[in-house]
Amino acid sequence: MSTRTPILSDHPSPAPAGLGETKSKLSQKLRYLLSEIWKFRLSYLFILPFLVLFVIFILIPVVAGVLLSFTYFNAIEFPTWRGWMNYQNLFSQDIVFLQHVLPNSFKFALFVGPIGYIFAFVLAWLIAQLPSTLRTWYALAMYAPSLSAGVAMTVVWTVMFTGDRSGYINSFLLKWGLIDKPVYFLIDKDYLLNIMIVISIWSSMGIGFLAILAGILNVDKQLYEAGRIDGISSRLQEVWYITIPMMKPQMLFAAIMSIVHTLKSGGLGSTLTGSNPTPNYAGQLMIDHIGDFGFIRFELGYASAISIVLLIMCFLLSKLFWKLFGPKEDE
Amino acid sequence: MQEIQMMTTKRTWSAKWQDFVFAVRQVDRTQIGIAIGLTPLAIFMLLPLFYIFNHAFKPLHELFLFPPTFVVREPTIQNFSELLALTESTVVPVARYIFNSIVVTFLATLGMVIFGAMCAYPLAKHKFPGSKIVFGLVLTSLLFATEAIAIPRFVVVQSLGIMNTYWGHVLPMIAMPVGVFLLKQFMDQVPNELIEAAKIDGASEFFIFLRIVIPIVSPAMATITILAFQSAWGNAETSTLFMQDDAMKTLPFYMGTLTSNLANSVARQGAAAAGALIMFIPSLLVFLVSQRKVITTMAHSGIK
Repeated sequence: MSTRTPILSDHPSPAPAGLGETKSKLSQKLRYLLSEIWKFRLSYLFILPFLVLFVIFILIPVVAGVLLSFTYFNAIEFPTWRGWMNYQNLFSQDIVFLQHVLPNSFKFALFVGPIGYIFAFVLAWLIAQLPSTLRTWYALAMYAPSLSAGVAMTVVWTVMFTGDRSGYINSFLLKWGLIDKPVYFLIDKDYLLNIMIVISIWSSMGIGFLAILAGILNVDKQLYEAGRIDGISSRLQEVWYITIPMMKPQMLFAAIMSIVHTLKSGGLGSTLTGSNPTPNYAGQLMIDHIGDFGFIRFELGYASAISIVLLIMCFLLSKLFWKLFGPKEDE
Repeated sequence: MQEIQMMTTKRTWSAKWQDFVFAVRQVDRTQIGIAIGLTPLAIFMLLPLFYIFNHAFKPLHELFLFPPTFVVREPTIQNFSELLALTESTVVPVARYIFNSIVVTFLATLGMVIFGAMCAYPLAKHKFPGSKIVFGLVLTSLLFATEAIAIPRFVVVQSLGIMNTYWGHVLPMIAMPVGVFLLKQFMDQVPNELIEAAKIDGASEFFIFLRIVIPIVSPAMATITILAFQSAWGNAETSTLFMQDDAMKTLPFYMGTLTSNLANSVARQGAAAAGALIMFIPSLLVFLVSQRKVITTMAHSGIK
């Protein structure tokens, strides 16, 4: 790795002779830029504390993660360069990843991401239709679950879904005669992932949801009147042609928050079942897989490669949302 | 918007009740339909929270009652004393975790709000060279759930030598970009004329920041404080990754150890429920006090 870095410094970028004109222009530009920077020195002072921490704890780790993903690293010896090996193994040899983690993650992300997002929008729209006092209470009811710290609430869910008849869900289902014997919700591979999806959607009405709600409430009421004159006849058309276009910025923010939430709920399977890997890999998501390789097997290079794949997926997703809701050139 | 907010916060409870009755009378048929449709959902959303309140106060024989009950019959504080007693035998008492949590949450919230506001102000109001790059970085990194970069973060914290210190908790938390982002969006709304006028009157940048910008965006500051508080209070990540010394870990981490084997053993269920309640109450209180400000602020949260 260290042999690769000097490539940049091999080229001291000599300006070709005879282009003195461009050179002086360049130095002029540079001088202008420096004077600009000096003019705004206070601005830089303002952003400095945050920026330093940001670079240290977010930017450097991301860059280091990319570099580590090309190495073999076990946290004790110095990383050794492996090129694309980690990525190749991930997509060709890692049976657990291909058979369990990837399909699980896909299903989980699909439900918690887009479906959770649409659910949040519908919910926010319905709540926005209510008179203001009622609205506050309903909004609070929907938001409250996201206040509960993830770790703390697993106590509730584990007790609810306990596998014997003392579990609340089992007990009620038995009482109503819907099942004959208790279901091992948290161990059965048919249930675990679905339970994780329900819990994640339950706790997903966070600041993204509040942003959507505020966005809907902020749309100018006169626009709806104008729309009616222009021939909008149903509420659905109102939502599609007026509400959503007017609140694109909030929609985008909520979309990004929803991606982050989906990512963050990744470790839910291991907290619920109390083991990583989860039983039969039923609830194994990308984050668990990273944890498994990173902090249990200490194959940090390989775990970094998985992280980078995850980050790239999220980045592409956010690009898609930018396309949908992002500011256009002409706006 | 702010005037309405001022008015409503000053009203008494009886006036609020009258408001409520008035609001109920005003609803039309669609609204009644929506309200009726949403009520079961609202109950479903609140059920686990309602349950944790009850579970935390259940005596031992009620915890394992069959069939299980939702509502507590003979409330006791037995579970809370069990939670405290549980750790007396071990090296680290639970009070230490709570103390750590309070210190970390306080410092991290303070840092996030102050540094976040300081960074957001030039991004919103000064078009300095590089401001677009910095904001672009902040925007992109909104996505970087720290779980995905846990390993390099661990390496960074280790090489900084702040493992097992409060810095190891606080500094990585302050680097969260959400606060900067939200504050920047809100500071965009501060009229430029106001800042220009202050400059002509000879006000320094620090004066403008502290005496003009901050007071105008105070609702947003309140919101950021709440969000920062919530994320810091519920954060188990820094304890898991950066703290090897048990005496430096925080309450959410301890809760994690209590609940981690709950599926297999039910021995500490009561204590775990009591702990969950302790975790939840502060967030709820902080939010209830300022929910109006939060909802108004969120209107400006969009990405433009």
